[in-house]
Amino acid sequence: MSTPETAVRELTYGEAVREAIAEEMRRDERVFLIGEDVAEAGHPFKTLVGLVQEFGTDRIIDTPISEPGYAGIGVGAAMTGMRPIVDVMFGDFITLTMDQMVNQAAKVHYMSGGKLKVPIVFRTTLGATRRSAAQHSQSLQAWVSHVPGLKVALPSTPYEAKGLMKTAIRDEGPVVIFEDKMMYRVKGPVPAEDYTIPFGVADIKRAGTDVTIVATSSMVTVALGAATMLEAIGISAEVIDPRTTAPLDKATLIESAKKTSRAIVVDEGYERYGVTAELASVIAEGAFYFLDAPVKRIGAMDVPVPFSPVLEDLTVPSEKMVFEAAKALCRKA
Amino acid sequence: MTTTHAIEPRMELEQHLHMYRQMAKIRAFEEQVNELYKSAKMPGLAHLYVGQEGVAVGVCEALRRDDFITSTHRGHGHCLAKGATVNRMFAELLGKEPGYCRGKGGSMHIADPETGNLGANAIVGGSAGIATGAALSAKMRGSGQVAVCFFGDGALGQGLLYETMNMASLWTLPVIYVCENNLYGEYTPCGDTVAGDILARPRAFGVHAESVDGQDVQAVHATMRRLVERARRGEGPAFLECKTYRYYGHHVGDVNREYRTREEEREWMTTHDPLLTLAGRLTAQKLADAGVFERIVSDVKAEIDTGVQFALAAPYPELSEVDEDVYA
Repeated sequence: MSTPETAVRELTYGEAVREAIAEEMRRDERVFLIGEDVAEAGHPFKTLVGLVQEFGTDRIIDTPISEPGYAGIGVGAAMTGMRPIVDVMFGDFITLTMDQMVNQAAKVHYMSGGKLKVPIVFRTTLGATRRSAAQHSQSLQAWVSHVPGLKVALPSTPYEAKGLMKTAIRDEGPVVIFEDKMMYRVKGPVPAEDYTIPFGVADIKRAGTDVTIVATSSMVTVALGAATMLEAIGISAEVIDPRTTAPLDKATLIESAKKTSRAIVVDEGYERYGVTAELASVIAEGAFYFLDAPVKRIGAMDVPVPFSPVLEDLTVPSEKMVFEAAKALCRKA
Repeated sequence: MTTTHAIEPRMELEQHLHMYRQMAKIRAFEEQVNELYKSAKMPGLAHLYVGQEGVAVGVCEALRRDDFITSTHRGHGHCLAKGATVNRMFAELLGKEPGYCRGKGGSMHIADPETGNLGANAIVGGSAGIATGAALSAKMRGSGQVAVCFFGDGALGQGLLYETMNMASLWTLPVIYVCENNLYGEYTPCGDTVAGDILARPRAFGVHAESVDGQDVQAVHATMRRLVERARRGEGPAFLECKTYRYYGHHVGDVNREYRTREEEREWMTTHDPLLTLAGRLTAQKLADAGVFERIVSDVKAEIDTGVQFALAAPYPELSEVDEDVYA
């Protein structure tokens, strides 16, 4: 038997999300969840199984297939004393909710001179390689990271999935949280006790000295895999997960790049005008005189995500791509 | 309601005179806004509510202070009718610190949670979700509050309205969709944009729907009271089409109004004016005389004059406030 101090359980990423939501719903009766197939069905990814049995259909609310409508209903409920979690099944569908997220939720607090608050969580997904083609595979975190008033969280492990979700639910304003749909069955340590992860604090997933790899969400695993490959050829990579793109922990990124003198940024969103562009410019502006090479960006290929596996796999950043980029930066090619 | 008529005629007259005062206040406010625009004292534009006063006043007089409303780009009338003060309204329109949004919202975004006003919205139809969500929240909290969503005929083209009406009906939410049909969506007659029968749309979702003469504040008020009581009893959402007319153009800068005739405008202003209609009726019933209405108009004028002077003299926000309240 483990002692209490060392009893770190393993949960899947999906279980961690569910536990966060359940704990917050027990803690605060204002929290409810609304979306498509969330009650009896327990969500198509099965992340919400069991919640309706505990909380009932008054708090786990199945909607028609009307993303703009129930997103807007969430905004109105949030403005009037409730704390909704709006479930947007696929990240691609946030395009349908844009007016409610961007013109309403993000701006109400500011436009009202600080009088109205919108404590709402938009829960959605990112990630390709599920063979779901162009309308169910995008990673659109850049879209919402662009908008003042929204916070954006990108959990990369079960630990982050729980901690960031709890922080999102407790936030006084709108938060968009993108879960990596390819990670739902991946296990990792998740403390049983209550914990939250502050927004705007990056996590150094692996310390290193030769090259900084900043990676978000699904790309953290890719970066760590590349770091292992790099270690084998004598390159020490530091892997940093910003965990939230808004707010962004610029200092940790810049300090790491100053230390290693080389930086790669990896994100599964489209490379063009994407998260990688923003993070790379933060590093370039903040660490320019310490850099030995231009900051390298690696995002998803700028094409609609194709269906055929042989094509789809080409569009997503891989360990090999990150490895090669790091090797080139460190002139070990 | 017939009981109320029989027992409390005096109280009823007071309420009708109060409604006249509220309509007169909105009209005087908007005429002053137009002057501020023409004299280049107001930044940006404003969409005037003149002509539609009977709708906002008839609806809001049927609500409790803690009932919710969501408003539109043509929203000054809704805000005032729900209880906003002219001083802080003018201050907001001028982008001044004491404004309802500390100058950050302006004409199209005035919000006043203290009077249940969840904000005007510059996205046509954009507040249908907010109002319906407020109704869901009221139901979940068991607060007995009702939410009213104001929108114009232009918003009938927005899908959000139908998605939310569907859910409001499914979940029996205490929300009333008030469609102010003023015949024009911006510069286009609604006949060019609205197919079929308007009331058939909410009815398709099982939403109780009625139409009323929006220029008759007593009719709007009586109808609304019924719909509000119905919603508060848990009998679900309703849709009220108020047939009305905006006397000015789409906004203060729309002065030529090529899309409609002066004859049409004159007809509405003379035979369908909400203030003339109410004053004429109360006078004919010998419940009030011309002197009563003159005194109200003169009181209101003084309130407006004081309010605009307050706003003109008020300070602008500190520049350091520009990035405050982005995040709660």
